[in-house]
Amino acid sequence: MQSWATVIWSSVGRKILSAITGVILYLFIMVHLLGNLQLFESSPDPFNLYANFLEKFEGIITIIEIGLLISILFHIVVGTTVYINKLKARPEGYIKTGSAGPPSRKTISSTTMIYTGIVIAVFIIIHIITFKYGPGIDEGYVSNINGTQVRDLYRLVVETFSKPGYVIWYVAAMIFLGFHLRHAFWSAFQSMGWTNPKFLPILYVAGVILAILMAMGFIIIPIWIYFTGGAV
Amino acid sequence: MSKNITVYLKIWRQEGPDSRGKLVPYTVDNVDPDMSLLEMLDVLNEDLTKKGELPIEFDSDCREGICGTCGLVISGIPHGKKKGIATCQLHMRNFKDGDVITIEPFRAKPFPVVKDLVIDRSAFDRIIAKGGYISVNTGSAPEANLIPIPKETAELAMDAAACIGCGACVAACPNAAAYLFVGAKISQYCLLPQGHPERKIRVRAMVGQMDAEGFGDCSNHAECQAVCPKEISIVNIARMRREYLKSLWP
Repeated sequence: MQSWATVIWSSVGRKILSAITGVILYLFIMVHLLGNLQLFESSPDPFNLYANFLEKFEGIITIIEIGLLISILFHIVVGTTVYINKLKARPEGYIKTGSAGPPSRKTISSTTMIYTGIVIAVFIIIHIITFKYGPGIDEGYVSNINGTQVRDLYRLVVETFSKPGYVIWYVAAMIFLGFHLRHAFWSAFQSMGWTNPKFLPILYVAGVILAILMAMGFIIIPIWIYFTGGAV
Repeated sequence: MSKNITVYLKIWRQEGPDSRGKLVPYTVDNVDPDMSLLEMLDVLNEDLTKKGELPIEFDSDCREGICGTCGLVISGIPHGKKKGIATCQLHMRNFKDGDVITIEPFRAKPFPVVKDLVIDRSAFDRIIAKGGYISVNTGSAPEANLIPIPKETAELAMDAAACIGCGACVAACPNAAAYLFVGAKISQYCLLPQGHPERKIRVRAMVGQMDAEGFGDCSNHAECQAVCPKEISIVNIARMRREYLKSLWP
């Protein structure tokens, strides 16, 4: 019988790995978006308190961060492997290409996963540098809520999204994310073998709707802040 | 009777496995729309032979869509745009007068071009040899109704078993993956009780051989099910993945 490494790193195993890590990352950005929606509050306090609340659970957050980092790394490695194998499996391509149309699910989303993935990876790095490792209490980003000093992350968000260049890049990256998620959702179920003829069309439509909601959610925030200046 | 048409072909010509190929233009006049595309190529080949040129090599056998021998990429789509047919079932009535038709071989590293449009699909045979069988004791055949099989299950197994192994799924896949083929084969066996004794070894061995042959990874584009002459669904791919996961449990 084959070794565990062979099994996990078989083409079926890789795809399941990609699906599991993808689901983890999808769940994370869902929670992230829900948290971000507090930016729409009429005061900066709820958002800052939420951020402060998360920072209180440093240990748990660190564990989650490590989990996410591992997920991202596996997701990238598998995605890159799929791409390299694709190049190897068809060294001489077609001169004329086409699609047979439905029931094909080949779309701009499905064929550009590697590219949208790269954009998202770059985005995550910039995003973490800007916000997580951006200026905090020591740099004067302080808010006093009911006598406690908390990091004024709200101010950093509003200041960042007042720069038109950053807003354009952010919106563009979120459009790429939307395309990535459109193929990702139903594909994850299919990769884990959780599909049947009845379930599959529902999953596909649900994936499209969710991708639009997720992308729109992330896009509206910077645009709204850019034009209104936030609650302040 | 409809009018005969003229088509402009661009056909992949390649002398041998190691030579470089290219698209060569041909014009075929007076094509009867009731001819099949392969018959049109037969006519062209007769003309080429008369002119002293080498005919275009392509594979075909039954010419009624059941043997899986033929397979051409017609204007970018394996077996052509029409659904649920093999290349041999594509008729010239599906083309208009003056159409330009590009004809290329199925492309994948495990399907090397032998000559022109002929490819070597023995990679599929090697995958089948790894697990496409069931254990049967010798002696007279047992009574067929001894093992009751629900109608629905039998239909699902039959749908999967409709695969003729033509390789269009690989040809259409942007990644050149063989998942629909292997998924269909795994499904046809695992759905029926006769396939159960080897089900765990089978899925591991066949997937292992598929990877070893150098087919690509499946990215769920589902282009395969759109070109399959037997319209086999990607739910068979999902079933194969379930089988693979199940094989990990003791």
